Amino acid sequence: MLDKRLSLDAVVDRLSDGMTLGIGGWATRRKPMALVRAIARSNLKDLTLVAPYGGPDVGLLAASGKIKKLVFAFCSLDHYPLDPHFRAGRQSNAFEVRELDEGLAQWSLRAGAMRLPFLPTRVGLGTDVPVEAGMKTITSPYEDGEVLLAAPAIRMDAALIHVHRADEKGNVLILSPDPFFDDLIARAADEVFVSTEKLVSTAELDMAANARFNPFERSVVTGVVETPFGAHPTGAGPDYGIDLEHLKTYAASATPETWADYKARFVDVSPQDYLDAVGGAERVGALPPPVY
Amino acid sequence: MSDYSLAELCIAACAEAWRGDGEVLATGITVIPRLAAGLAKSTFNPALMMTDAEVFLVDEPVPVGKRGDYTIKPEGWMSYARTFDNIYGGKRHALVAPVQIDRYGQTNISTIGPRDNPKAALLGVRGYPGNSINHANSYFVPSHDARAFVAGEVDFVCSVGYNPARWPGGKQPQFLDLRIIVTNLAVLDFGGKDNAIRVKSLHPGVTFDDVQAATGFPLERPTDIPTTPAPSAEQLKLIRETLDPHGARSSVFKGDPPGVRQAA
Repeated sequence: MLDKRLSLDAVVDRLSDGMTLGIGGWATRRKPMALVRAIARSNLKDLTLVAPYGGPDVGLLAASGKIKKLVFAFCSLDHYPLDPHFRAGRQSNAFEVRELDEGLAQWSLRAGAMRLPFLPTRVGLGTDVPVEAGMKTITSPYEDGEVLLAAPAIRMDAALIHVHRADEKGNVLILSPDPFFDDLIARAADEVFVSTEKLVSTAELDMAANARFNPFERSVVTGVVETPFGAHPTGAGPDYGIDLEHLKTYAASATPETWADYKARFVDVSPQDYLDAVGGAERVGALPPPVY
Repeated sequence: MSDYSLAELCIAACAEAWRGDGEVLATGITVIPRLAAGLAKSTFNPALMMTDAEVFLVDEPVPVGKRGDYTIKPEGWMSYARTFDNIYGGKRHALVAPVQIDRYGQTNISTIGPRDNPKAALLGVRGYPGNSINHANSYFVPSHDARAFVAGEVDFVCSVGYNPARWPGGKQPQFLDLRIIVTNLAVLDFGGKDNAIRVKSLHPGVTFDDVQAATGFPLERPTDIPTTPAPSAEQLKLIRETLDPHGARSSVFKGDPPGVRQAA
């Protein structure tokens, strides 16, 4: 009987210094924040973070001094466009960066997921992105002879993905209307740790009705950890929305004093104390969907 | 006094970007471009596709801000993956708001200042590189000055422009298609010699010399430069009552100035 259940700390124990770690989700949506906070509390260091569609996951790990190198296309809190910790880290050269276009990251992840060395694309040509990253071009071997960018594969040692439902075997459901590129991030990683809003039985996944919300098969998944409200303060619609009020508090925590205060209240605490500190299950469960 | 604001003038001017585009995805990023896309769809180009800025294609533009009783009218799905599938197919015209733009139409939203020691770290390149080499693009620059319209090249080239020195194999990318730039002073396009930027129309009360003085590179000057058309009564009604009922547009320009610039 397959049983991939792990605790938060057990997942962190499976990670190691200097590894390349991928994070799913998108800016302020479905980020595996409970796992990110557990990493922030740990002794892990020198991570190469592959967070192409970055949000407070990047900022929190930057503020915690965990990032040696960041691979990304943007880092945003969406409603508050710039993450202050990401900005501070970047402006003080606290970590190296490899900056990619959103679609170029998609293509590099796809190459990694397909075990290819690269995939050809036009994305990035004519800009500073491939020049800075040392990427090479390739000429089409067919009659068109077009010069294309060879988007190099991204492979990760491990990836963290937040889902809505999972069983102990690693069958998962992402119920939100947009799965983003979590499937590619998962397939391009050697090990995949999934945090889930609810751990349920296989029957309760109701795959006959929900198959289209199943982003990848269980062989992709290494471990499953149940983390109710584990995406907070990012949203995990339809279960709960983005906590704009908390993001405002987070965005205002960029000075040494305010960061120490934020860290003490919201990072260096157990998941239950965190939930209490942000208003409890009832409040978070009732957070409305975002309005644009 | 004009009976419309500078923001409303810019919305109408930006909407023109999508005239004649047919059935493409209209993406307007930041308040004025978004309202402009909605205006274009609601008037002269109903075939445009738009999203709810999240994941659904919608049958009518979603009003900006608090929705009250309004519910979106989904007509399709535009997930993140599908957004890129559509980009690669070219059926999109984006109107976005870069921080810097240069004489080639290359833009920057990543870092300001030296790359290894940036004065300001902004969002990151986002999807600018891929957008610029796959489909039509226009730009909105709310503060037309030499910090935005830079001399030389932008600090970090995030989107491809009409700069042969950067083109792969020296050949113009086949889907490169820059259309217009709308600013608080004028509408510019790429209709000059070798796609040089030229002044297409001047906002009421603005002169060519005003625009040139606020630009870090020489602009082409057509013999006759028309005035940017005022929004029509129908357009103003749509903007004020339907697309932007809470007046988000009024905070784009400091003091929400009138569309017709007063003599200094």
